[in-house]
Amino acid sequence: MERDDIIEYSLDAHHSEEEGRKIRRKIWLVTLFLAVITTIEVTLGAYWKEWFDASAWNSIKWTYVVLTLVKATYIVMTFMHLGDERRNIRAIILLPYALFILYLVFIAIFESNFVHQGWLHYL
Amino acid sequence: MAGDASKVLSNDVLWGGGRSPFSISYGKMMMWFFLVSDALTFGGLLTAYGFVRHSTTEVWPIGEEVFRALPGLTGSYPLVYVALMTAILIFSSVTMVLAVEAGHRMDKKGVIKWLFLTVLGGAFFVGSQAWEWSHFIHGSGGYITTNIGEKYWVHNDEHDTHDPTAHESFHLVLADPAHYLIPAEGAPHLDHAASLKLWNDRATYVDGANMTVNEYGPIQYANFFFFITGFHGFHVFSGVIINLIVLIMVINGVFHRRGHYEMVEKAGLYWHFVDLVWVFVFTFFYLL
Repeated sequence: MERDDIIEYSLDAHHSEEEGRKIRRKIWLVTLFLAVITTIEVTLGAYWKEWFDASAWNSIKWTYVVLTLVKATYIVMTFMHLGDERRNIRAIILLPYALFILYLVFIAIFESNFVHQGWLHYL
Repeated sequence: MAGDASKVLSNDVLWGGGRSPFSISYGKMMMWFFLVSDALTFGGLLTAYGFVRHSTTEVWPIGEEVFRALPGLTGSYPLVYVALMTAILIFSSVTMVLAVEAGHRMDKKGVIKWLFLTVLGGAFFVGSQAWEWSHFIHGSGGYITTNIGEKYWVHNDEHDTHDPTAHESFHLVLADPAHYLIPAEGAPHLDHAASLKLWNDRATYVDGANMTVNEYGPIQYANFFFFITGFHGFHVFSGVIINLIVLIMVINGVFHRRGHYEMVEKAGLYWHFVDLVWVFVFTFFYLL
């Protein structure tokens, strides 16, 4: 039996030559942006000891984390075009993951400090 | 762009809610669910790495001191090779998104061109990782420990770890206990005869890396390197195979007959995910 209740969403994604030009322009701009961020990260990693003293490491570490999250946002939102999907699908992908991983990171880093203290005092 | 949910749907095909909440095809939604679960696996692995690194009292090696070699060259190029691998993977991610875009215009030639470049970039990345593993396992000198607990780096210009003493340039340098892979401050490079004497009286010789011991740092460092980059590398390998299959189907015109290139988009989601994971591995394993 031919089913008429299946919606063909796949065709929604089609676009014209004109729209395609705009999309490609955006893709290349994001590429440039990601390349610049990666270059900054590597240069910082290779030369930070010559530019800053050891006390700067903490801020450099956080700079890395922030730059990584910025990169990840652009990859997910533009390359995986989650930014163009409906708000509902964005929410069910991102929110449970963010909730779980933030908790995991919090608990692991928090506990690891105590484990560290344990190694120091009882070995 | 893709999935732009502007379509007006007849109420006959919708459920009681009267609207399509996601407006996305089954295949794409399931790919996203799979990616979320896979992201949890990688998130767990990287968090475990952070836990071990944070809790250990041993000195942890630093990325730019461990990964500083380039194929066919001697000398120190901190993180250059890893940066090159990152660039290759990001580039192949870009060609993938361009293949998806060409698919949305039903441009078969464009899809073939960009998808082929994506497969090529992925293969380059897997190959680079094979070299990096090989270099990591073989090491570039290693160290010996003496009976009184001192540690010396083994140097020779040939980076021969099979029989390091066989070379004229063989010598030892006292190691800095607070750092891996670099000599103690102001430590002299011992001459050949003195080095040979220490070498013959050595307690242990550690070179390269395996699952039980490595020259770079604590055991877990090498184990996490093998597991995290290995698991990611296997994802890349699978991605290359998937992209290759999709490429062959595109060339055979399967998707053109179907009327849409959504399969390229789904394979693309997986491929971008692999790139996304590498962004995090790069930061948390190599940079921090």
